[in-house]
Amino acid sequence: MARALVCSALAGLVLVSLALGAASLSEGGGWLLMASRFPRTAAAVLAGAGLALAGVVVQQVVQNRMVEPSLTGTPEAAMLGLLAVTLIAPGSPVAVKMLFAAACAMAGMAGFLALADRVPQQDPMLLPIIGLVYGGILGAIATWFAWYSDLLQYLGMWRLGEFSGVMQGRYEWLWVVAVLAVLLYVVADRITILGFGEAQARSLGLNYAQTRTFGLVVVSLLTALVLVTVGAFPFVGLVAPNLISRWRGDNLRTNLAWIAVFGGALVLAADVVGRLVRYPFEIPAATVFAVLGAAVFLWLLYAAPGRSHG
Amino acid sequence: MVERRLIGLGFGLLVVGSAFLFWSLRAPYGFILELRATKLVALVCVGAAVGAATVLFQTVAMNRLLTPGIVGFDALFILFQTLLVAALGGVGAAQIPGALRFVLETLVLMGAAAVLFGVVFRRGRGDVTRMILTGIILGVLLRGLAETVQRMLDPSEFAVVQQAMFASFGRVDPGQLGVAVLILSGALAIAFRLSPALDVAGLGRGTARGLGLDHDRIVWATLLLVAAMVSVSTALVGPVTFLGLLAASLARLVTDTHRHAVLIPAAALTGSVILVAGQFVFERLLSGQSALAVVVEFLGGLLFLFLALNKGRP
Amino acid sequence: MIRIERLTYKVGPAAILHDVDLRLDAGGITALIGPNGAGKSSLLHCIAGLNRPAFGTVRIGDLDPFAAPGSLRARAVALLRQSPAVVSRLRVRELVAFGRWPHHRGRATPQDDAVVARALEIFTLEALADRPVETLSGGQRQRAFIAMTWAQDTPWMLLDEPLNALDPRHARDLMVRLHDLSRAGDRSVIIVLHDINAAAGWADRIVAMKDGRVAARDTTAALLTPETLGAVFDTPFEVLNTGGRPVVVAR
Repeated sequence: MARALVCSALAGLVLVSLALGAASLSEGGGWLLMASRFPRTAAAVLAGAGLALAGVVVQQVVQNRMVEPSLTGTPEAAMLGLLAVTLIAPGSPVAVKMLFAAACAMAGMAGFLALADRVPQQDPMLLPIIGLVYGGILGAIATWFAWYSDLLQYLGMWRLGEFSGVMQGRYEWLWVVAVLAVLLYVVADRITILGFGEAQARSLGLNYAQTRTFGLVVVSLLTALVLVTVGAFPFVGLVAPNLISRWRGDNLRTNLAWIAVFGGALVLAADVVGRLVRYPFEIPAATVFAVLGAAVFLWLLYAAPGRSHG
Repeated sequence: MVERRLIGLGFGLLVVGSAFLFWSLRAPYGFILELRATKLVALVCVGAAVGAATVLFQTVAMNRLLTPGIVGFDALFILFQTLLVAALGGVGAAQIPGALRFVLETLVLMGAAAVLFGVVFRRGRGDVTRMILTGIILGVLLRGLAETVQRMLDPSEFAVVQQAMFASFGRVDPGQLGVAVLILSGALAIAFRLSPALDVAGLGRGTARGLGLDHDRIVWATLLLVAAMVSVSTALVGPVTFLGLLAASLARLVTDTHRHAVLIPAAALTGSVILVAGQFVFERLLSGQSALAVVVEFLGGLLFLFLALNKGRP
Repeated sequence: MIRIERLTYKVGPAAILHDVDLRLDAGGITALIGPNGAGKSSLLHCIAGLNRPAFGTVRIGDLDPFAAPGSLRARAVALLRQSPAVVSRLRVRELVAFGRWPHHRGRATPQDDAVVARALEIFTLEALADRPVETLSGGQRQRAFIAMTWAQDTPWMLLDEPLNALDPRHARDLMVRLHDLSRAGDRSVIIVLHDINAAAGWADRIVAMKDGRVAARDTTAALLTPETLGAVFDTPFEVLNTGGRPVVVAR
């Protein structure tokens, strides 16, 4: 029942998203659909799915449900990397920029993990706060550089995720998300075990450090991919996994697909709402999501004392 | 002893203030001096408001890591400014005299903050970290709401809001500055009078009530004061997240006391010194200025991490 | 005298105390004992005016702790809560001085300072007076808080499991001191005790609680019988007699 509901909601959103736009479909026809509407819809779904998956992985890695990629400094680190590439080699191809951003994201994430290991475990709410401030510091460095090199405008674009600029040829990197999703599905059990903590994971015979590193790489890649193509979306990685886990429990093998679908549907919904509220103008999907996501998160915080304490 | 340190802080402010006023002063003297003096008053106001507000807020929140900025006080203020423009239109909002508008906004913020954060404090009692997290998320929510409403505005109206949001020290409205000084000195005076009760409130709700303090009332009163101080600082320069943390932590370090009668003025002075000194360095020595906020954020963030990670150790 | 009539206290829908009627005479030590969750702490908080009951009244002498202004209430009854935490960075002397706050509300007199000095002396805290509270051991901190409660100088002292974290020597010292204070005439002590033998050794009266009700109340010697204790704790007990003092052993 719920399954059918989520699927039909996603399908409905996709149809609305395809039909929605300043130009009418009957004039532009198939070309408009292929060049703009479909890429936009696909980008929203893929970005949402990617961030939701990144969220669930990072939650397992640090064993804390209140964490998500944007609370680990990863997007800010990726931004720093992107800024550096844009400064040093402005003409380099997207693939190079992407990889460099991902590498920086990994460094940022590693820094966060180092902090996380030093935070007392007994207080599950402290880690997200630490992550937030850590991200703030990296963000301040990025702002400083951007301000120094007159790139503040770029930074503003990366900070605020939106899909109005998505067209054929400018979003295809996001399909890597699909590849990573399949990869995650293969190792889902190991990621679930990571969430049991180091001692338990080791006693189950898991190579803890290796799996953790793998998780770190995947989260960084996902975050960097989304950031470089469409910008940052806080909260997706927090809301989607938590809602799914309330609904279906914590076995990733059976949940991963749902988390991805749900994340995609949420971001697409935010994009559609952002396009509708002030038609024909647009409100960035990330802004819409900040409002919706924050509201949902507050609800989680108070409605789910048992589970949200991880 | 402690009083000597307060005097030292006051002397420090005097030194950086004079440096700010007279360093490489050129003709026309009167004009430049007036310009700089207005700016200096604004800087001192903002620093004092943020520093004192943070100490007050940390006491009622029972947490040394929180600042009003982190939990979205300033976002609430900006949301109201935006809503005002959205309701009256850019022209309508501009017709209300700056001083009156400021007073109205301050009153609305005080009411809203007391209700909103009062509820959070009531629900979050006993689970401090959840309360902090709630505050932070509330901040994100309020910022998102303000941004959404801004996007709904016409570009011309948006410009009005934006000017209100990022009023730089260069274009301080003297009328507004006057009102800011009045509100701030009133709030500081009340806070100072409340300081013995605040000392007791710092012992925690249970202990404070055991000692006969009406703890809930002190919390409300403090939140009102914090709201008034935050509207002063936000109206003058826009959001500054970590300045308060920096000022409050340094003030505690310098004075080494729990007494609010000392802490409040010390934090106010420290905040002012940081801002004036920072602005002096950036404006006079490095000839740039928008980076000051970023540097304060950076240092404040580092301090936060240091405090948070050290707290965990026995 | 403390009079409690038909007191019912609820947390959400759950009633923690049911219809408690109790009279506690002034003077001496009254111990509250009972299994975990019996409502001992809740009762103590109700007497101190900190838990507002759903029904019923509490009177401390003539004073209604819920209606009286805070400063008056805090001069009639002082409560030491279980594991109190303090966020402010205070020195021991400063913490103890807060016990005087209900009396001076912010303007300490030399008289207040004298009481603080005496409190530090009584609870052997002089050597620690200038140490920050957070650097103390659990037992030292507990003593600092007890000194603060004493400095509040109220006719009634309510202590919620004050022996927690105290080593045998300091536990005994505390009980001896409370005994002396309550004998001197101007202080009455109500104390929640986990250790029945501490109650057996020092309390004048015992109130045994179970499931939010008063299960038994009597003088110490009369209450400590295997039957009563067995009914209260649902555990078989033996009561021995060593040198005229009852000693309770779980079988």
